[in-house]
This record gives sequence, C-alpha cells and structure tokens, in this order.
Amino acid sequence: MSSEKNFGLSEEQTKAVKNLILRMADDELIIGHRNSEWTGLGPILEEDIAFSSMAQDKLGHAQALYNILHTMGEPDADTIAFTRNEKNFYCCHLVEYPIGDYDFSIMRHFLFDTAEAVRFDMLTRSSFQPLANLAKKMRGELKYHTMHANIWINQLGKGTDESHIRMQKALDECFPLALGIFEPSDYENVLSESGIFDGEKLLQSVWMDITAEVMEKSNLKLPDLDSVTPSYGGRKGFHTEHLQPLLDEMTEVYATDPTAEW
Amino acid sequence: MKENSTIKSLDPRITRADIPKDGQLSIDIKPLDQWQTYEVFHQEKKGDHHSHVGSLHAPNPEMAFLMAKEQYARRGRCVNIWVVKTSDIFTTNFEDEDMYTTNDDKMYREAGGYKVMDRINKYKKEHKKKEAVK
Repeated sequence: MSSEKNFGLSEEQTKAVKNLILRMADDELIIGHRNSEWTGLGPILEEDIAFSSMAQDKLGHAQALYNILHTMGEPDADTIAFTRNEKNFYCCHLVEYPIGDYDFSIMRHFLFDTAEAVRFDMLTRSSFQPLANLAKKMRGELKYHTMHANIWINQLGKGTDESHIRMQKALDECFPLALGIFEPSDYENVLSESGIFDGEKLLQSVWMDITAEVMEKSNLKLPDLDSVTPSYGGRKGFHTEHLQPLLDEMTEVYATDPTAEW
Repeated sequence: MKENSTIKSLDPRITRADIPKDGQLSIDIKPLDQWQTYEVFHQEKKGDHHSHVGSLHAPNPEMAFLMAKEQYARRGRCVNIWVVKTSDIFTTNFEDEDMYTTNDDKMYREAGGYKVMDRINKYKKEHKKKEAVK
C-alpha cells in the first residue's frame, strides 16, 4: 500500500485508526437507524421532525466515517455498512436496543450524544488529520444534538411524578449499557502515544462529569459506578440479541440487489 | 389472540406497535395535554430584520427553540431565532381592518405620492450618458 493511502501511519497505527473509526461509525449507523424508527411515530409532530432530523445526521456521521475508511483502502461506505454480519460489527450494546418508550430513547440519546460530542471534541486535536477535520465540521451539529438531549432530560426529569419515575428507570436501565461505549480496544496505547485519540478512559471520565451534572440538575440519580457492570463485548463483535434482526431489517432492500444504482 | 387482533403492516415498526385492528387506542387525551403555540421568527443574516416563519407547539420557550431550529432552520440560511408565545402577542381584530385604509385623496402622505420620480429618472439618464462618454 502506498504511504499516501496510509496518511504516513505505521501498520500498527493504521490498524488502530481503522478500528477506532469502525467502532465510531457502527455506533452512528445503528443509533441513526434505531432513532429513525421514531419517524412518523414521535410523541408530537415537532419532536418527531427534530428527532428524525438528528437520526439522519447520525447516518451522515456514519457515512463520513466510512468514507475515511474508504480513502484508506477499505470498500465504499454502502458495502461496509450493508454487507457485514453482526460478528463484524463493533458498535456498543447501548445503540442496539429497540427504541422502547420515549423515555428510554431520550435517555439513550442523551447518554450516547454526550459521549459522541466529547469524543469528537477530543478528536479536533487528533494528529490524524481526516478525523480532526471531520470533528471540526461536526461541532455545530453536535452542539444542537446535546442541547436537545439536555433540555429533554431536564424537562422530563423535573416534570410530573410519572415522567420523573420513567426517566429514573430509563437511566438505571441505560447506564450499564452506556458504559459499554467506553470498552477499551486493543489499541488504546497506540492511539494515545501517536496523538490520534486520547483514549476511552479519559473520554469516560469527562462524560461522567457532564452526565452527573445534567442528572443532578434534572433531579435524577446517577447509579453508583461501582455498583454496575459495564455492558462490554460490542467492540469485539459480541452483541445482544437485538443487533442481527436490526441488520436484517436494515439491509433487506439492499440485499435484493446489491449492484443496483440508487 | 394478539396476532390476529393487531394491525400487520409492510412497515415493521407499525407491526411492532401492536395497534388494535379496531383502531381503538386506550389513550385518554385531556384538554391541557395540548401544548401552547409559539411564533417563530428567523434571521437570515446578522443585522437583517427577523421575519416570521410560522408557529409550533411547545411547553416552554426553551423547548420552543429546540423545535423551531429543526422546523424552520433545518434548510436554508439562518443565524438567529426568536420564539414568542402566541398569547403574548397583542393583535388587532380583522373587524378593525378599515382603520388601516388611507383615503385616495391623501396620496401626498405616501412615498409614492411625491412627484419627483420624473426628475430622478432624468438625472439618472443624464448621468449614464456622461459615464458612457467617459
């Protein structure tokens, strides 16, 4: 492979970057697909449109990330997105779960997007230029996504008794799953030593601080970190029972004729 | 039992929603369940006037902004948004529409009523000629 294709990275660094991008892109693709399931079924028209629009943004993020992989010699975005089975997906468990009720979806949206925003903020300083450039471009979009999530959490956390109880339950349910976002990869050292990404551990601690602050303001109680077991496995290709059916549904049309021009 | 009594659709989300075939949903909608409306104004460019683009439902100004951003600023240029509770806007009645009409015999009160356009056009024409000569 030419050095240009590898952006001056060593073989090990290339593997690490590809793994990082694939994890991020798969998260975006699956959460985007999941959240788009609310389209037409949202709680009110205005929110339906807002949530759907953000789901579409997530698919855009996935595409942009897959496109970077393509410039590194991997297949094109559609092929990567639609032709792998679950063993070759590296998304975390949080994004795989069915949409449930709106409390679950909004809580997941908050926990995921907060981590996403922090991760991309870290990546604006990445030594790997394609990621740094993309991260800078996404800043405005993510600002809105996290604002949307924060306001909803606050609104429902402090709303009625029912909404508060529902949001607390959703938080308790989502928290161990959300910790799975930060499942360390085999490349943590390579990534941080080469200035590509400062690692899942740092990301998690920044995420915890922000999450704790928003939950406190919203009268919600963050579960004790020591009392829960993070839902790991997704980053290594081990998934919940919910992923494969989602992939089947998502690729149903594509699979009828993979060579068709859309 | 459940299999036969709920709607089956080509859209898997509809099938999953277990909607009864008879269409009877057990949702009790009360009068106050409906949020109030807000009016949305957007600004295309810094310094421009904000212009009214539409209305939406929201429980408070913060959420009105959230909705407004996606409803009215998703496509096209926008640098700023105002949201105002519809009920906070004081408005006149359409029955009083007649108070806005100006009688024909007072054209001198309107900008278009001034008889200077002839002179302006003449000046422009001459100015253009001079430019052309140069």
